[in-house]
Amino acid sequence: MLNSLVDVSNQAETGTESAPVVTHDQTPSGLTDQDVPWVVLVWNDPINLMSYVTHVLQKLFGYSTEKATQLMLDVHNKGRAVVSNGTREKAELDVFRLHEYGLWATMQKDS
Amino acid sequence: MLFSRRFRTKRNGVVETRITDDERLLLAGLIGQLRELVLSTSPEGMVDPSLRRLYPTAYVDDTEHEMEYQRLMRDQLLERRLSHLDVVETTLDDHELDQENLNSWIMTINDLRLVLGTHLDVSENEEPSFLEDDDPQQHQSAVYHYLSHLLGELVEVASN
Repeated sequence: MLNSLVDVSNQAETGTESAPVVTHDQTPSGLTDQDVPWVVLVWNDPINLMSYVTHVLQKLFGYSTEKATQLMLDVHNKGRAVVSNGTREKAELDVFRLHEYGLWATMQKDS
Repeated sequence: MLFSRRFRTKRNGVVETRITDDERLLLAGLIGQLRELVLSTSPEGMVDPSLRRLYPTAYVDDTEHEMEYQRLMRDQLLERRLSHLDVVETTLDDHELDQENLNSWIMTINDLRLVLGTHLDVSENEEPSFLEDDDPQQHQSAVYHYLSHLLGELVEVASN
């Protein structure tokens, strides 16, 4: 049960992982957000089931079983995969939908 | 036609559920606790460590956009989570689920796994093992395994 989770304010944070830091080339000056496509990444995590990740990618992006499975395997084996791209607004919406499903998604400018 | 132990898709797309009363009771308790837990975190306040996987970082290298994202999206994420929780709670005793309700089940069971898994500190190469009887986390670990199994069946029937 989650009983002991309800009051954990006195517990030290159990994990030390934090969002992965990604370095990439600086955006050339003079470009606005609209000029630079953004990419949405899903990161490997120890909790989400492989079948669940595949299911979510199919459901949110309409990917075929084959494509969704390949992306899931990239996440699992390589640590991350680009699952969508576009303007900042589109990428942010995609990230939000992935967060709604509990996937570990981040966005960054494509470099 | 796909048959699994607990869920079966009927010809009209409705999913028949066959979970026991004990399972329904367990899920009802977990859902109540999850609701209490997510509501205990104020929007601007500290996030309970067990909940951090429910509110991931969007911008890894852009503090300004990240603060804006959290400010705008956190409440929406909370609202969505609560509405899915409500759906599962109200359909817990049903013997049939439509596809939309099935989706709420999938999302809620996964939320429970994220919170429990974070609490149990599940690591990449090691599933939480079944612990000794006197370990206080023994029961949580067993529940985590049960939820993983249940989610696997739900995803299988949804992907059919």
